[in-house]
Amino acid sequence: MSVFSLAPRRVWLLAGYAAAASALLGAPLYLNDFRLNLLAKFLALAIVALGLDLLWGYTGVLSLGHGVFFGLGAYAMAMHLKLVASGGKLPDFMSWSGLTKLPWFWKPFGSPAFAMLAGLLLPMLLALLLGWFTFQSRIKGVYFTILTQALVIITTTLFVGQQAYTGGTNGITGYTTLFGLRLSDPRVKVWLYLVTAVALLAAFALCRYLAGSRFGRVLRAIRDGENRARFIGYDPSRYQVTAFCISAGLAGLAGMLFVLHVGIISPSMMGIVPSIEMVLWVAIGGRGTLVGAVLGAILMNGAKSLLSESYPELWTLLIGLLFVAVVIFMPRGLAGLVDLPAALRRRRERTDAGGGSGGVGGFGNAAGAEAGGAEGVRHSPV
Amino acid sequence: MRPAQKPEARKASGILRCEEIVVDFDGFKALQGMNFTLRQGELRFLIGPNGAGKTTLLDVICGKVKPASGRVLFRGEIDLTKRREHQIARLGIGRKFQAPSIFPSLTVREHLEIAMRQDRGVFATLRAKMTPADEERIAEQLRMIGLEAKAGRKAGSLSHGEKQWLEIGMMLMQEPEVLLLDEPAAGMTDRETEKTGLLLREIARRRSVVVVEHDMEFVRNFASSVTVMHEGRLLAEGSVDEVQRDERVMEVYLGRRRDADAGRSTA
Repeated sequence: MSVFSLAPRRVWLLAGYAAAASALLGAPLYLNDFRLNLLAKFLALAIVALGLDLLWGYTGVLSLGHGVFFGLGAYAMAMHLKLVASGGKLPDFMSWSGLTKLPWFWKPFGSPAFAMLAGLLLPMLLALLLGWFTFQSRIKGVYFTILTQALVIITTTLFVGQQAYTGGTNGITGYTTLFGLRLSDPRVKVWLYLVTAVALLAAFALCRYLAGSRFGRVLRAIRDGENRARFIGYDPSRYQVTAFCISAGLAGLAGMLFVLHVGIISPSMMGIVPSIEMVLWVAIGGRGTLVGAVLGAILMNGAKSLLSESYPELWTLLIGLLFVAVVIFMPRGLAGLVDLPAALRRRRERTDAGGGSGGVGGFGNAAGAEAGGAEGVRHSPV
Repeated sequence: MRPAQKPEARKASGILRCEEIVVDFDGFKALQGMNFTLRQGELRFLIGPNGAGKTTLLDVICGKVKPASGRVLFRGEIDLTKRREHQIARLGIGRKFQAPSIFPSLTVREHLEIAMRQDRGVFATLRAKMTPADEERIAEQLRMIGLEAKAGRKAGSLSHGEKQWLEIGMMLMQEPEVLLLDEPAAGMTDRETEKTGLLLREIARRRSVVVVEHDMEFVRNFASSVTVMHEGRLLAEGSVDEVQRDERVMEVYLGRRRDADAGRSTA
C-alpha cells in the first residue's frame, strides 16, 4: 500500500522543488533590478527562518536571540567591505571617534576568506558556548528563551556603546567593492542574487537532510519527551547544542548575504524586535515544515515592504494582528493549509472504517477501554 | 524450589547490587538503607504497600533520583550512582515507567528505529543508514508487539495498551541487560495481563528483569522470586510461597489483607 501511495507523492514533491528552484534561479529574467534586490534580501532572511525552524520546529527550543547570530555574520562581512572601501586608510567612523590606529581584531578582516569564515564560525561558537552551559545544566523552555533575549540586549548594548570599534548606532556602511567587483553594478547585483538563491537552496537541502535523518528523528523525540529520550540513552543536551549551532551558523550566513544586498548593518537590525520577527516568520509559515519557514519569511517580508511603502505606521499593528490570528486559527501556519484536504480525507476514511483499530491482532488491543478499571477487573480466583 | 535463605546469606555477587541506599526527599526518607541484589537472568518481582519505596528504588537504579548515600553496583564494578541517566541507559539498563511515555509525533516504526541498540552520539545518528538487518529486526519486533499494521501511525494516536506495548518493544530494541518495569500490566484486561506475563517470562530468559507490581495474582503466576519492601527497607526475599509464609510480611502486608478478605489478593 505504502509504495503505491507514496510514489506519486514523492514525484509531486520533487516536481514542486524543481519548480520552486527554477522560479528562484530564473527571477533575474522577470524581475526589475529593484524587485530583484528586494527578493535577494528576503531570500537571505529565509535562510535565518530555516535555521530557526530546525531549532524550534524540530527540536522544540525557542530562541528569541537569532538577531545576534545574524548580526555577527553581517558585521563580519561589513568589516571586510568597510576595510576594502577605506583602501588602507582608517575607516571613517574610527577617525571621527578619535582612533588613530586600526584595532587588532579588525586587521584579519582585511582578508575576505577570513571574514566569511568568521561570519559563519563566530555565531556558531557563541551558540556553542551559550548552548553548552544552558542545555548541560538543563535550563530549558521559557528560561532558555529569556536567556537568548538577554543575549540580544547585551550584544546590542555592547555594539552601540563601543562606537569607535563598531560604528555605534549608525552601524557600518559605505561599501564599494567585493573581490574587486563594484557592488552598485546591476550585473554584480544579479550575481549576488544568484549566490543568495543557491545558498538558500543549499541551506534547504541541508535542513531537509538533517530533518529526514535519524538525527532528525532524535531531535523530534527530544522535543516530544526530553526525559524519555534520556532513558533510551540519548544525551539531549548534545543534540540541542548541535541544532543550536547549525541554526546560528545559518543565521550568520544569512547576515553576510543580507549586508551585501542592503549595504548597511546596524545594531537595530539585530535587536529585540527583529529577533522576534524572525520567529514570527516561522510561526506564520508553519513550524516543523521547512518549506513553511521559507514561505513565511518571503511572504511576510514582501508584505512588509509593500505596506510600509504606503502605510509605514500600520505595519507593526498588522503584524501583531496577523500573529494572533495565526496562533488562534492556524496553529500549524500556512503550511498547515496544504495538509488540510489530506487531513479531511483521513478523517472521513476513519469514520467510514467505523473507528478503525479493530482486528489488528496482538497484545495491545482495546486496553484503553479498560484503563482505570484495573483495581476492579482482577480478583484472585482462590 | 530454592531452600529458604536469609537475604544476607545469599551470594553477594549478581548483575545488580544496591547497597544501603538512602533517599531523602526534603526530610522524607523514601529509602532508608535498602539492600537489593539481582542475579543474572532473574525475573524478580518487587512488592510492598504504597509508599514502600519500590518506584524510588527503580528511579535510583536508572539515575533519575540520586541517593543521599549508598551504592548501586552494576556487573559488580560500575557504581551507577555516579553516572547520568543516558549513560546508565547506554550501559544496558532499560526503564519503563508506569504511565506510557512515548513520542506522540513519531511513528511506531520511528520509535523502534531510535530505540534500537546503536551508537547514540550526534555524529553517528547524522550518518545512520537503515540496513536490511535493521529493517528485519524492526519488522520482527513489530510482529512481537502486534503493531505491524500500525507501523506508520503516529504513536500519539495509539490506545493505552498499544502504547504500553510499544514501550516494551522499544525496551527490547535497546537490548538491555537489565530491565526495570513499573507495573507493566496496569490498566490491562485479564487477557492482556496474561500475555504480558508470558512475554515477561520470555524476556527474562535472556535478560534480568525487575518488575514492580501490585497485583498479587499476577505475581503468583509469573514470579520466580519476590522482594518485599516496607517503609524504604528490605523486608523479605524468596519465592512467593516463602514470602507469603513469612510472619513479618503477613504482619505488615499480606496478613492484614488475608484477614480482611480471605483470598482477595489485589494488593
